[in-house]
Amino acid sequence: MDNNKHLLDIRGLKVSFWTEKGRLTAVEDATFSIKKGETIGVVGESGCGKSVTSESILQLHDEQLTDYEGQILYKDRNLLDEPERKLRKIRGNEISMIFQDPMSSLNPVFTIGNQLVESLMLHRKPSKKAAYEKAIDVLRQTGIPSPEKRIHDYPHQLSGGMRQRVMIALAISCEPELLIADEPTTALDVTTQAQILDVLNELQEKTAMGIMMITHDLAVVAETCDRVVVMYLGQVIEETTVDQLFENALHPYTIGLLKSMPSMESDRSDQLFEIEGTVPALENIPTGCRFADRCPFATNKCLQEAPVLENATVSHKVRCWNYEEIALERGNGYATTTS
Amino acid sequence: MKSEAEVKTNYRVKKQKSIARIFSNHMLLTGLVIIVIMAIISVLAPFIAPYDPYAIDPLNRLKPPSVEHFFGTDDFGRDLFSRVIYGTRISFFIGAVVAILAGVIGLIVGLISAYYSILDHILMRIVDGIYAFPSILLALAIVAVRGPDVVNVLIALVIVYIPSIARVVRSAALVVKEQTFVEALNAQGASKWRVLVIHTIPNLLSPLIIQVTFVFAVAIITEAALSFLGAGIPAPSPSLGNILFDGKNVIYHSWWMTVFPGSFIILLVLGLNLAGDGLRDLLDPKIVNAKRKKSRLIKTGKKVGRHGQQ
Amino acid sequence: MPQPLLKVEHLKKTFPVESSGWFKKNEVKAVHDVSFDIYEGETFGIVGESGCGKSTTGRTLLRLTEPSGGKVIYQDQDIFSLKEKNFRPIREDLQMIFQDPLASLDPKKRIGYSLEEPFIIQKKGTKKERKEMVLKMLERVGFSEEHYHRFPHEFSGGQRQRIGIARALVLNPKFIVCDEPVSALDVSIQSQILNLLKELQQDFGLSYLFIGHDLSVVRYIANRIGVMYLGEMVEQAPTEELFENPLHPYTKSLLSAVPVPNPKVKRERIVLKGEVPSPLDMPKGCVFHTRCPLAMDICKEIKPPTYKVKENHRVQCHLYEHSEVSEADGA
Repeated sequence: MDNNKHLLDIRGLKVSFWTEKGRLTAVEDATFSIKKGETIGVVGESGCGKSVTSESILQLHDEQLTDYEGQILYKDRNLLDEPERKLRKIRGNEISMIFQDPMSSLNPVFTIGNQLVESLMLHRKPSKKAAYEKAIDVLRQTGIPSPEKRIHDYPHQLSGGMRQRVMIALAISCEPELLIADEPTTALDVTTQAQILDVLNELQEKTAMGIMMITHDLAVVAETCDRVVVMYLGQVIEETTVDQLFENALHPYTIGLLKSMPSMESDRSDQLFEIEGTVPALENIPTGCRFADRCPFATNKCLQEAPVLENATVSHKVRCWNYEEIALERGNGYATTTS
Repeated sequence: MKSEAEVKTNYRVKKQKSIARIFSNHMLLTGLVIIVIMAIISVLAPFIAPYDPYAIDPLNRLKPPSVEHFFGTDDFGRDLFSRVIYGTRISFFIGAVVAILAGVIGLIVGLISAYYSILDHILMRIVDGIYAFPSILLALAIVAVRGPDVVNVLIALVIVYIPSIARVVRSAALVVKEQTFVEALNAQGASKWRVLVIHTIPNLLSPLIIQVTFVFAVAIITEAALSFLGAGIPAPSPSLGNILFDGKNVIYHSWWMTVFPGSFIILLVLGLNLAGDGLRDLLDPKIVNAKRKKSRLIKTGKKVGRHGQQ
Repeated sequence: MPQPLLKVEHLKKTFPVESSGWFKKNEVKAVHDVSFDIYEGETFGIVGESGCGKSTTGRTLLRLTEPSGGKVIYQDQDIFSLKEKNFRPIREDLQMIFQDPLASLDPKKRIGYSLEEPFIIQKKGTKKERKEMVLKMLERVGFSEEHYHRFPHEFSGGQRQRIGIARALVLNPKFIVCDEPVSALDVSIQSQILNLLKELQQDFGLSYLFIGHDLSVVRYIANRIGVMYLGEMVEQAPTEELFENPLHPYTKSLLSAVPVPNPKVKRERIVLKGEVPSPLDMPKGCVFHTRCPLAMDICKEIKPPTYKVKENHRVQCHLYEHSEVSEADGA
């Protein structure tokens, strides 16, 4: 496969759920792509649709309550058109997923070895012995010490960090092309988080799989990702390289997020930057720009017309009417609006 | 800032909304209507019943339903309609008293065992002991020892149904006890009494009410069964159970003797169960529903993780 | 030197564990011999990973669980030795903010009632006065009168945490334990709450004990920080000092593990070996020696005393044995 070709290309994805309150659109017009060997970060706060997007790739939502529109192209095939039978071959095999809470994702009544072997047998159908050896091998790859012994352990015998390693081992056992990691380190302590992120980075160097890292933590993004997609209230509002994002963010929401994080270097006597207000509920999404009523740059146009995701530079997309002015003001104006 | 009056109206609008929710809940509404009709019948029995339920008329034995006797007459020539009305009155009364007494005692027992671990061991073993007997057998045994009359039937049924309520209350109270808000109250120095009465009980109310309506319904059935077996309300007092018992002997030629009291039992129990289910839907706050939906979504997501890739 | 508002000495908390053996009685040492002072108007931060005993320290301080040993001196008396009845009036001065703002409010009570309850418990004020005070406090944390009648589930996470803060503040306390108050919140909401806490501290002259696992958050709000590991406070220093000059090997690795929100900076990480030992099976000697990259023979045998390396900078590690032993630790 051509290295520059997109592994996964999401175009205009729209996901709606039927709920008691009627039809709610959780994700609208999500567009981004992942290349082979690339780590892409999807960031945003709770309710921004980042997990919904990732779960839509494998169509994990209750199909009777969910409508998908748009395209999810995986190797030029639209996953939304594929029959369930074919999707089953892709799930866990070519695209696999790790979740935030490893305890509830592992079956407590089977040993981790059983679970690994089971998943290998499902997709690859090797001999039992080969599967067993492969299982030990992937456990070793995730940095679990003495995997020959650990393979007989039950999930509850392991610590949180070890369980997450087992989850990673499960996810990579079939050598996926794409790994979706949904908040893989949120439930872990910092030192364990550092270990897990290292494991993921190493694995990627070895296997050249694409990683989609879903997180709310911009610092994790800075450490692991090549490109970043920022989501707000169901929309992609900015997409660019990591360096660009941290140096030259254009969307007021991204800028606000970056500034509201207390960092290890910032001046402690400063007030932290606040984004005013709260995220609106999905059932009353603003008509114009969805961020307008919290945005310090909002104009009348913002309140009335919804902006589209446009190219600011070749590698930088932003959904904002005023990004040019913001770019101009940067450095002298906006940076001081905190005080 | 809004004015006081405005705030008050908002508050009132919200209250009206919760009344509207009762009306939009058809199950609850149907159940409540049935219960209210049955309650009216019970209270007004002396005015509704056209005849004295004890008046024997040997000439008109086992007459089918007619204009004079809506439900026909029984094997002593007594007006069946009047007897069913009075029977409903007794059944309803027994069910209600059992539900209230078992509810109150069960609440106290459950709360005590949730908050005092030593008493918990003792009380819960007793509860387990009572629970181990089939309820109808235990009630039969108690009535057999004390002799069949209304008070003894009541005592028997209350004893039999305390455990089910005490257990529900205890488990719900244990959940509440571990909530952070109880810890927040302790941090303020709140007394145990305040934590129990003002904060714990309101938070148990929904499971308690649901369980009480259930006990109400089951107590009516058990009372009917006891009377049917001759260990309940002694003749000649009418109860839905003993009318059925009398009807059993003549079931092949006098269908009305079983159909009418039987339908009243069904109606009563149905009404109570509908109300219980409806209440459950109403009392569970909206958040719970939203959460349930969300966890379902997450679960479907996790399915893939757990069984590894099916 | 000013007199501390609250002096914590040798705080211990053990939990009994039901063991399988008949004669063995196991216990978990959740907090083991922790001492620190909190001065008026300052914030003392406690950081550490899950299970290190930081939350238990905060809860034991306020006697939400009965302490197993040690003293807490407040206003010249040991509050651990008081009867609950005599301690109740003091609770007015010592309040708490919880991690999960929804769970910390009674779901069946209106916000107004939840906020008035501290007055009712302390038997203070008339009904009208109480309402007035509560409305004033609600306004202070950014609400209006209409919120008084609402239920907790009608608010968002950040709003609920404001309510939790308002409840802790209505009695005009002197000291508040903040137990991970922002770790359940989104980044943009987190900054709102942190700013509010800082403002309120200045307005009301409060002292905080701020418990957190996110080092950058604790760094922002705390004046001094204590680092806990496996129930012990291994290092204690003013914030700047701790971040610029960490002494304990555990602190060093903890600081190096924090991800930096700057893709250009690639820091050298000190990756720790292995896992935190089970608190049921505490290592002999120094608690950290099983994972310490600098462990020496002495560490496996003898528990290090607390060394006072500089004024205000204390560390529990044999590497600093040439320093003076802190008098708080006796030795």
